[in-house]
Amino acid sequence: MDNAVVINIQQIKKMYDMGGAEEVHALRGVNVEIRKNEYVAIMGPSGSGKSTLMNIIGCLDTPTSGLYEFNGVNVSEMNDNQLAKIRNKEIGFVFQTFNLLARSDSLHNVELPLIYGGIPAAERKRLATEALEQVGLGERIHHKPNELSGGQRQRVAIARALVNKPSILLADEPTGNLDSKTGDEIMNLFAELHNKGNTVILVTHEEYIAEHAHRIIRVRDGLVASDEVVARVKIPAVAAAV
Amino acid sequence: MSKTLFEWSNIRESFAMALSAIRTNKLRSALTLVGIIVGVFSIIAVMTAMGVLRNSIEQGMTQLGANTFQIQKFPSGFDSGPEMRRRLRNRKDITYEQALQVRDKVTLADAIGLEIWQFGLTMFWQDKKTNPNISIAGENVDGVATNNWIVDNGRGLNQEDIDKATNVIILGVNIVEKLFPPQVNPIGERVRVDGEIYQVIGVFEKKGSALGDNQDNFGVIPITAYFQKYGKRARSINIMVKAKSPVVYDDCVEQSRAILRVARGVPPGQDDDFSYFSNEGIIEQFNDITSKFRMAVFGISSIALLAAGIGIMNIMLVSVTERTREIGIRKAIGARRTNILTQFILEAIVLSEIGGIIGILVGILAGNSLAIIWSLPVVIPYDWAVIGFVICSIIGIVFGVYPAWKASNLDPIESLRYE
Repeated sequence: MDNAVVINIQQIKKMYDMGGAEEVHALRGVNVEIRKNEYVAIMGPSGSGKSTLMNIIGCLDTPTSGLYEFNGVNVSEMNDNQLAKIRNKEIGFVFQTFNLLARSDSLHNVELPLIYGGIPAAERKRLATEALEQVGLGERIHHKPNELSGGQRQRVAIARALVNKPSILLADEPTGNLDSKTGDEIMNLFAELHNKGNTVILVTHEEYIAEHAHRIIRVRDGLVASDEVVARVKIPAVAAAV
Repeated sequence: MSKTLFEWSNIRESFAMALSAIRTNKLRSALTLVGIIVGVFSIIAVMTAMGVLRNSIEQGMTQLGANTFQIQKFPSGFDSGPEMRRRLRNRKDITYEQALQVRDKVTLADAIGLEIWQFGLTMFWQDKKTNPNISIAGENVDGVATNNWIVDNGRGLNQEDIDKATNVIILGVNIVEKLFPPQVNPIGERVRVDGEIYQVIGVFEKKGSALGDNQDNFGVIPITAYFQKYGKRARSINIMVKAKSPVVYDDCVEQSRAILRVARGVPPGQDDDFSYFSNEGIIEQFNDITSKFRMAVFGISSIALLAAGIGIMNIMLVSVTERTREIGIRKAIGARRTNILTQFILEAIVLSEIGGIIGILVGILAGNSLAIIWSLPVVIPYDWAVIGFVICSIIGIVFGVYPAWKASNLDPIESLRYE
């Protein structure tokens, strides 16, 4: 496939100043290139720099040095507001702990990125409802997070991530707080979304979760230890249907 | 998307979130609001009560007609401190002869009423009597008009009554209601006061009460009849002068003053030994005295509001800490600093404005309790309501800025990790 490069990371370094002379080198020169419609897992034990890499990919953080191009645009030197805009339009976050607003119903949670994107109310409602239907929660748009199961909450979070039609879905241990059956359902949903053309980046330390991806990038000690395309172990039912 | 639309949707979102946050923490919000409510309440209640009092005084003082002032022995009003009383004690009564000089010589006046009072009397009709609290005024013909009294039933005084010093009387409504059964027309009836018999020739229109004082509890007799009964020197005469027009009002005051000074033999350079009284003057005096009180209340309320503002800041800081994670989520999905800033400032503003509105409403109610008791028109101090509301908004902004700034500067990664 000749898909465009979405993420181009060249020699990214990240250093944390811990006060005094002590410095922590979280990333020591990472090169990663991710193309449109790839399904990538980023793996690594804790302390490997995996989370730092994810934060930089997600434009929550900026590298100390190196180049990060997102859709061909250099984001490594953007200011807060510019990064906020990239996060809003181009990146859909899915977190381990769902991170929904507890006081708001599903619809409002999914609408939130659209609100910050400046979409008018009627359009917002339509798009958010669509996104919720896409993850199979069309019937639960007025439920609050505490009225939903863990799997349903994660689906709301995925709908929120999808609603702005971002360039990448960035999922950080998306099944970490779910039982294995629900976790599988969520992974099937990611596969489905990938098959529909989305670019998915999973961050995980679970081997069996990473196996859903087509490519696994292993991070160790602030460097990419390996980056390989894997043979599919499981083929999700939905993928076969497409 | 247009910029304005974006801001508007953001503000609406912030507003909804603010209300939801306040609803979620009802007790905490309520306690925070108490400070604001008390501060605004005291301002609004006092201003409203002042408005009611002012109205009451204005209403009471309309006993003098337009362009009319009254010359009397003592100043009427509120500021008769001990010092003032000592200075006034030696003033001599204004005599009938002096008053007549004014009446005859002032050229800029349309009407000059002369009057002299007796207080604390009892009136009898057949087997009925009033409480011993009625007043009798001896008036000349003009006196009824310059007092702005209107005869509702029967007739007023005429020159013949004055010339012949006939024992006729015009009654206030209150006395009529007290003495006569509804089916009896009081006109022509004979009443007795202080052992003297008077024939009722008229009844005045109802005036109501001012400052809780009944204004319909009096009778008017010819000033000459008064002199016959009580003597010419019983009390000081009041002179009511109605200027020909507002334009000559000041000149008219000066003219009458000069004439009375001469009549009373006041040497040049010495202060008047009599006083003036007019509706405008009394209201001015009222405003003067109450302005100090108002300032004091305003000052104390400001301190209360300052404390309330600090309370709001405190609660907002707690709120920001509690919602660190929410802030992280919002930032992760694209909220800019200004979005977060707006959200929290708006929350502080909404919080203090809710307090302000409650304070304004309760303050207006409390301030009007006097109006209700005295059955006066209810006062709504729109200006102070607006000022109170604006002050609350400013408090919200001033004390909301720092917590909001803190919220907007939170690091999204740290915030998302916050438990």
